[in-house]
Amino acid sequence: MIGLSHYLLVGAALFALGLFGLLTKRNLIAVLMSIELMLNSVNINLVAFSRYTASDPVAGQVFSLFIIAVAAAEVAVGLALAYAIYRGRDTVSVDEMDWLKW
Amino acid sequence: MNLWADFSLHHAWLIPLLPALAFLVISFFFLKSPWLAARLAIAAMTASFALTLGMGWAVLSTGITVEAPFVMKTVWYSMPGLSVDMGVLVDPISATLLFVVTLITLMVLIYSVGYMAGDPGYCRFFAFISLFASSMLAMGLATNFLQMFIFWELVGLCSYLLIGFYFYKISAREAGKKAFMTTRIGDFGLLLGILLLQMMFGTLDFAALGLKVPAYVASHGTAALTGVAILIFMGPVAKSGQFPLHVWLPDAMEGPTPVSALIHAATMVVAGVYLIARSFGLFHVLPGAMTLIAWLGVFTALFAAFIALTQKEIKRILAFSTISQLGFMMLALGVGSLTASMFHLMTHAFFKALLFLGAGSILHAIHDQADIFKMGGLRKSMPATCIMMGIAVMAISGIPPFAGFFSKDEILVAAAHVSVPLYMLASLAAFLTAFYMARLFIVAFLGEPNPHNHPHESGLSMLFPMGVLAVLSVIGGWLPFSLGFGDWVRFGPAHHAGIDWAVAGASTVISLTGFALAWFIYGRGPRRSDALAAKSGLLYSLSFNKFFVDELYQWFNRNVIDGLGRLSFWIDLYVLGALVDGASRGTGAAGTELRHTQTGQMQQYAAVMLSATAILVLLLAVLTGSLVKGGQI
Amino acid sequence: MESTGLMHTLAFFLLSGITLAAAAGVVFKRNLVHSAFLLSVTFLGVAGLYMTLEAEFLAAVQALVYSGAVAVLVVIGVMLTHREDMSCSNPPNKMIVAGGLAALAIVGVLVWAVLGTAWNTGKGGIVDAGDIGRRFLTDFAPPFEAVALLLLAALIGAVVLFKGGKEQS
Repeated sequence: MIGLSHYLLVGAALFALGLFGLLTKRNLIAVLMSIELMLNSVNINLVAFSRYTASDPVAGQVFSLFIIAVAAAEVAVGLALAYAIYRGRDTVSVDEMDWLKW
Repeated sequence: MNLWADFSLHHAWLIPLLPALAFLVISFFFLKSPWLAARLAIAAMTASFALTLGMGWAVLSTGITVEAPFVMKTVWYSMPGLSVDMGVLVDPISATLLFVVTLITLMVLIYSVGYMAGDPGYCRFFAFISLFASSMLAMGLATNFLQMFIFWELVGLCSYLLIGFYFYKISAREAGKKAFMTTRIGDFGLLLGILLLQMMFGTLDFAALGLKVPAYVASHGTAALTGVAILIFMGPVAKSGQFPLHVWLPDAMEGPTPVSALIHAATMVVAGVYLIARSFGLFHVLPGAMTLIAWLGVFTALFAAFIALTQKEIKRILAFSTISQLGFMMLALGVGSLTASMFHLMTHAFFKALLFLGAGSILHAIHDQADIFKMGGLRKSMPATCIMMGIAVMAISGIPPFAGFFSKDEILVAAAHVSVPLYMLASLAAFLTAFYMARLFIVAFLGEPNPHNHPHESGLSMLFPMGVLAVLSVIGGWLPFSLGFGDWVRFGPAHHAGIDWAVAGASTVISLTGFALAWFIYGRGPRRSDALAAKSGLLYSLSFNKFFVDELYQWFNRNVIDGLGRLSFWIDLYVLGALVDGASRGTGAAGTELRHTQTGQMQQYAAVMLSATAILVLLLAVLTGSLVKGGQI
Repeated sequence: MESTGLMHTLAFFLLSGITLAAAAGVVFKRNLVHSAFLLSVTFLGVAGLYMTLEAEFLAAVQALVYSGAVAVLVVIGVMLTHREDMSCSNPPNKMIVAGGLAALAIVGVLVWAVLGTAWNTGKGGIVDAGDIGRRFLTDFAPPFEAVALLLLAALIGAVVLFKGGKEQS
């Protein structure tokens, strides 16, 4: 039987994959993609909770919708930023973006 | 009691006030008009002198005594725990001092009209002299220690101003500074003593202290109070030129000769003697302090007399003579005879001022050539000066019936009653005094004139004061003596001593022997002095170089005091500086190292945040015990 | 349809397998374009998972917004910032070991937390799309408006950033 724990485990695995990508990818776009993975994992958790344990299931899904909206906005701005950096410094490698160094 | 005496007694505060006003008026208005400045100063001083005479008459005729003085005072400053008055205290002791100060100042002022004529600082001179006289008179009338201290300091200031009168000369400036700093050391002790007195007794009033001290000594003994007395005594040690703080007096001769006559012979230097006389109620119940004063006095007297034997400059000889005579006055106080001390204070003022004014007359005549061995035969060209200086030499040597005989006799008698060694040493000092004064007179006035000098006798303005002082040097001894000086100026019961013929005879013989020896060495015939000097090499060197005391002090200052300063500087720079700098540099270094964590690498920041969160979660789990499996959610 | 039974189990495992495999591909592949497309697949997998959770409206929105818009944006971004050689345009950096450890640690903690908790699965339920809509306009109206503003701001910001600053007039 599939229960809450299964979905939560899927969410955990997805989150871990997104985290790994965030820490180890060199390309800025890849980092943004990893962030999206993490947001999705959060959404899975929320919906699972809403389905199985929430006293107000609608609120859970509404929350998820908000997260989707915000994630979309964030991706838009993030990619615009990546493009602006690319245009100005001709690089999308995160290793080279250390201008806030001491 | 007549009207004038009564007025003077009740308006005694005018005595210091008039010269002070003269100072102010001259300073503000008369600095460009010498004629007016001199006249105003002399007028103010004459008025003060007249008032002093009236006051003295009042003291004599109304029977004001040392035990029952006439006091007028007003509260100056009052707060819980401290109340200070300002006022006048009139008794025979203060009357004596005021008489001496006003008289000598007046004579010096008249003398200065001639002596300082043509000097660019003429008006400044009269202003400062007036200020000095005012301070000294106010000090003499003080009712409590604080008032005395205030004017004591003011007197010291005037001394500084007048020693450095020729400020364009480096030696004068340095001498002024030396005087001020040396007396400052004494004043430090004096101030500490005053503070301790206030703490112990709650009052600084002389009359009140006189009542409280015997009771205190009866219950607590003398140990602590002797310490306080010695601290207070430090003031007179410096101001009255006792060893070891005498070093400023010879250098003070840089000032004009009238200044030397007034301040460093007759008045300011006796301020120390007066202070002890005023607070005699405190001192005379402390045998330890009295012993110290007596022995220090006699030592100073001998020490200075020994140095005066070989000095060549006329004013230097007189300066060391002053130190020596001050030693005599301190000796008198130390053996308990306030009468003898004040008597000698008065007579010494007469003949020492006369000596200095005479020296000034000589210097004026031969253009400040001060070496007595370059003078000679002045009796022919300056007969009046010669005669008057001769009178002064007789007076200081204690030849009867001149003034010094009576006062010195009192001192010797008092010393003999207390301690024979003291008497012996004092007599030795008297012998040396006679010797070096005779030496001065013989070398300067007798013998053949020096062809380089073209001396002339001095003018009337200079000779008149000298004449007055000469007359006083003659009668100023037996007159007070016969009128019962000891009945008035005393502490405790009057000991009406007649002349102790044994002591008197002995001292006269000693003085005459001194004269004879001087005549033998310096008189007719070839100068035996040089041969004598060569034979007694070490002694001569010690005497001529003032026992190297100045050099010792300089060595001390340079090595010990400056050494401490250098040490403190080193500590400040390397120890404290290291601490402070170290703290700042350490912070900077820490910052420099820490900023290497700001790599600008976003992923590293993310990793750090993650680890921190993970650790916190773990900590929370451990601390709140949620590690237990099966927790409820 | 009922959510119990074999179908449900099969569907779950299939969809979660697709999702996780695609996500692994996003993270581990070195080709940026491959990563971008696999991201789209991941989103669709997640949409499927929502279906199994009987959150249809959310699944639709997920497919629409994420897979339809976000993934497209990502591909545009890849295109605009492309490097010469696409085959190695998405390399890993030096922190593989540390990152791997961190991820494993996180997964470990989460798994342990999930498995160690007794979930109270009595409540919960299926949600109707109409309910969502109604709640949006009543209880959640202020956040709704705020998100609208946020989207506006993001739009303007993205346009501005794309256009560039003072260098282009």
